[in-house]
Amino acid sequence: MSLHAQDDPALRAAQEERLRAVWAPPKGLFLRWTDTNNNQVGVWYTLTAFGFMLFAGVLALIMRVQLAQPGNELVTPSTFNQLFTLHGSMMMFLFAVPMFEAVSIILLPQLLGARDLPFPRLSAFGYWSFLIGGVFVSGSIFFDAAPDGGWFMYPPFTTRTDLSGLGADIWMLGLSFIEVSSVAAAVELITGVLKCRPPGMRLNLMPLYAWYILVVAVMILFAFPPLIAGDVLFELERLLGWPFFDAAKGGDPILWQHLFWIFGHPEVYIVFLPSIALFAMIVPTFARRHLLGYPWIVLAAVGTAFLSFGLWVHHMFTTGLPKISLAFFSAASEAVAIPTGIQIFAFIATLWAGRVTWSTPLLYVTGSIAIFVIGGLTGVMVAIAPFDWQAHDTYFIVAHLHYVLIGGTLIPLFGGLYYYWPLITGKKLSDRIGRTAFWLLFGGANLTFFPMHFSGLMGMPRRVFTYPEELGIGGLNLASTIGSWVFAAGVLLVCIDLALSPRRSKSLRNPWQAGTLEWLAHPDDEDWGIRSIPLIESRYPIWDQKNFVAKVDEGRFFLPDAQEGRRETIVTSVLDARPVQVLRLGGPSVVPMLTAIALGSVFILTTYHLYWAALVGAVVTLAMVLYWLWTGTAEIPEKDCKPIGHGIDLPLYISGASASGWWAMFITMMADATAFSGLVFGYYFFWTRHEDFPPGGPGMDGPGSFWPMLAMAVMLASWALTVAARELNRRAAVGAARAALATAALLSLGAIGAGLAGPWLSGLKPELHVYPAIVWTLAIWTTAHCGVGAIMQLYTLARSLAGRMTPRHDADLRNITVYQHFMALTAVVTYATIGLFPGAA
Amino acid sequence: MKEDAPRGRQSLGERVRGLRVTLWTLIVPPTVWAVHFLFCYLWVAVSCAKLGAFPRFPVAFVVGTGAALAIILASGWIAWVQSRTPGDDPPHDEGTDIDRLRFLATATLLLAGLSFVAVLFTAAPALLLTDCR
Repeated sequence: MSLHAQDDPALRAAQEERLRAVWAPPKGLFLRWTDTNNNQVGVWYTLTAFGFMLFAGVLALIMRVQLAQPGNELVTPSTFNQLFTLHGSMMMFLFAVPMFEAVSIILLPQLLGARDLPFPRLSAFGYWSFLIGGVFVSGSIFFDAAPDGGWFMYPPFTTRTDLSGLGADIWMLGLSFIEVSSVAAAVELITGVLKCRPPGMRLNLMPLYAWYILVVAVMILFAFPPLIAGDVLFELERLLGWPFFDAAKGGDPILWQHLFWIFGHPEVYIVFLPSIALFAMIVPTFARRHLLGYPWIVLAAVGTAFLSFGLWVHHMFTTGLPKISLAFFSAASEAVAIPTGIQIFAFIATLWAGRVTWSTPLLYVTGSIAIFVIGGLTGVMVAIAPFDWQAHDTYFIVAHLHYVLIGGTLIPLFGGLYYYWPLITGKKLSDRIGRTAFWLLFGGANLTFFPMHFSGLMGMPRRVFTYPEELGIGGLNLASTIGSWVFAAGVLLVCIDLALSPRRSKSLRNPWQAGTLEWLAHPDDEDWGIRSIPLIESRYPIWDQKNFVAKVDEGRFFLPDAQEGRRETIVTSVLDARPVQVLRLGGPSVVPMLTAIALGSVFILTTYHLYWAALVGAVVTLAMVLYWLWTGTAEIPEKDCKPIGHGIDLPLYISGASASGWWAMFITMMADATAFSGLVFGYYFFWTRHEDFPPGGPGMDGPGSFWPMLAMAVMLASWALTVAARELNRRAAVGAARAALATAALLSLGAIGAGLAGPWLSGLKPELHVYPAIVWTLAIWTTAHCGVGAIMQLYTLARSLAGRMTPRHDADLRNITVYQHFMALTAVVTYATIGLFPGAA
Repeated sequence: MKEDAPRGRQSLGERVRGLRVTLWTLIVPPTVWAVHFLFCYLWVAVSCAKLGAFPRFPVAFVVGTGAALAIILASGWIAWVQSRTPGDDPPHDEGTDIDRLRFLATATLLLAGLSFVAVLFTAAPALLLTDCR
């Protein structure tokens, strides 16, 4: 079709009719929940996370009432422990991180002019996992079974089953489940930013929000897996008595602290940077100019991401590590103030240089910067080790972290809510209510948390359920309690404003006159995302490109139609966004929801020690995943190419490094390798803790070299055959490729036996000592991956036999080869560590 | 308005500008910081835990820090040359090859600056504190 073809209103109407039909959400009481469109899933996700935030906020209010006066007896100490643990855990795992993912699932496709993210069903799966896990964890408090070890769950109190109850298992398994959904979201968002940008949106034209999303999603990829590794060790200790954190049997609780905070500190930036990303969208709109210092913001985002991984020990300054170790982390903690400061100055400079329109969202932005800067400054204070030794575990820290999180996450999100509400609903929120709410939130936050600096310095430890009158902190605590209710009134006002929204009339399109792509959204929302996918020539195309909105609306850009009745979007190249493929997206399906339920059952049943039922759940999950993949991925299209307009024909099927599926596999395996490196870190950490490692003696001798080396060799042979199968298949030697795949699968299964034979035949007893426990863990991790590898190899073989994979359509084979590369690396590291380590042989 | 170079012989600056720039080159300087950081921390931590003493060859910290700074400087210099690639008009925020190159190069240069400072920060304890207390 040409530009002129789009002049015909009848053609446009027909295109719109087809697009509308393709993107129509399924109807019906149940079926409507099977939709996978980002504008549906993103909204459910956001509302659920918002609900968890309100719930966790109520928990905080109960705590503040308990602490309003000395010696108060509103709640028991045990309930109080559950309250603060659940408040922190929920705010972090069920609100801050999921909210970033939720908002990004809504906004990212809009910002990138894409019809949807590349894996809509994965988003839906992530949402249902989040909902199930979240309800499971937060509901536990109604049964007096909530976790009570603090949000960082330090062993040994939490690992000893005589000192902690079911709550610890609920925390570990429930939140592990949610971590899985976070990693799924990270895969989705990274692939989305890198591969689903509109043509012409080179890296230097990308909206800063997308830069931040890219950076934050990569951080999730490296931050969450160490915690998952820690969770694995933690549950092995709780359920099977493998003594990773039990000092009496050679374990060390400090390892948990390392693994937790390698996650926990980047986590702070994972929840902070997305809010800064909202600033980066809001500030230019109301300053009426391009954001100043675009590369500086990218520097700040990337620099913060890196440095944030060198800060974790500053949570462990009082654990007795050598001072020199503390000094490294103190230095990095000071250094991270540089990129953080740069971002703040870039926003201030943009406001200064622009013609500022004062609006409700901008009020939230500036207010939250003020609160955040106070938290940042106390952060610089506690990054200095000697000061931290005084302030550690006092209310000073409580004040610091709340200033950072309220200024850096919560209030910016409220600002984002006021800014983006018209985008989602087509209606503006009330400026009057919004401003009143802002001042309640701003005043309430300061009244609650500023006095805590003093109560902390006067000696009030965090997490106490009450305090004696003689300490002289009653007044400060009462002020904090009053402040918390003022803050809650602000939140309530925002909720009222939201509740009034359905009664209001629609606002104009692009009510803030913003310049970025997401504001193409029409108040009378269409589900297709964007009418035609534009060619981008500027960072603010609505401001800078001529007749931009009209051209998009009239379908004069790319892919203005859905002739074949399929949901589609364009895949482009990473650096320069050159179009490479029309990607067919997964439509509504009940499979993601059912898979999430099946996987959830594995985690929940394990919590209650119902191992056989959990095993059944695992088998069902595997079956669901295979069904999902078989029916919904790497589909061979009915034709090779399709036109997207302007004389461009794009392939419908690509494989290898330019395909989104290949990237998803690569990214997932980066996360997997990071979790594995957490376990390997555990091995070497224990080595540094012991004179003799392995300790020797019955049940504690090394597994020898023979079996580990054999397992490594067999695994490498399986890897080599998979690579060979890929090459043979590419050269159309289909029979040979199938034989190679079948042999490779057999070798993978053989590698399971050989991998477990080492520790099994040498009689390693994991309950005795941490050495046999960590050797078994590494062996099981690696052989379980061999098992998954074998399933992939057999699956690919079956695809080939069923004619769903051909020499030209080889995405399955290329993707499992990526898995096998990582598998080979895992096998080499594991077997070299347990088989060749001095003393192990 | 590309400058005409003598045929067959490119100047150093032109060859540097011709180097490929990607998201991977963008993260070279902070990756060097991360490696240097891990090297300092792990070597000291393992030495203190296993030997009970500060690492025996503290000069390695000087060498390691020097090497890290050298790589960062090299990466920053390449980025500086590339960020001044002549061509399109300022403010260099258009969707052209040169502006994309200039943007990635500028961001790399800035990251090199931050990484340089951060490496010095990390090196300071290793060079100043020389025991395990």
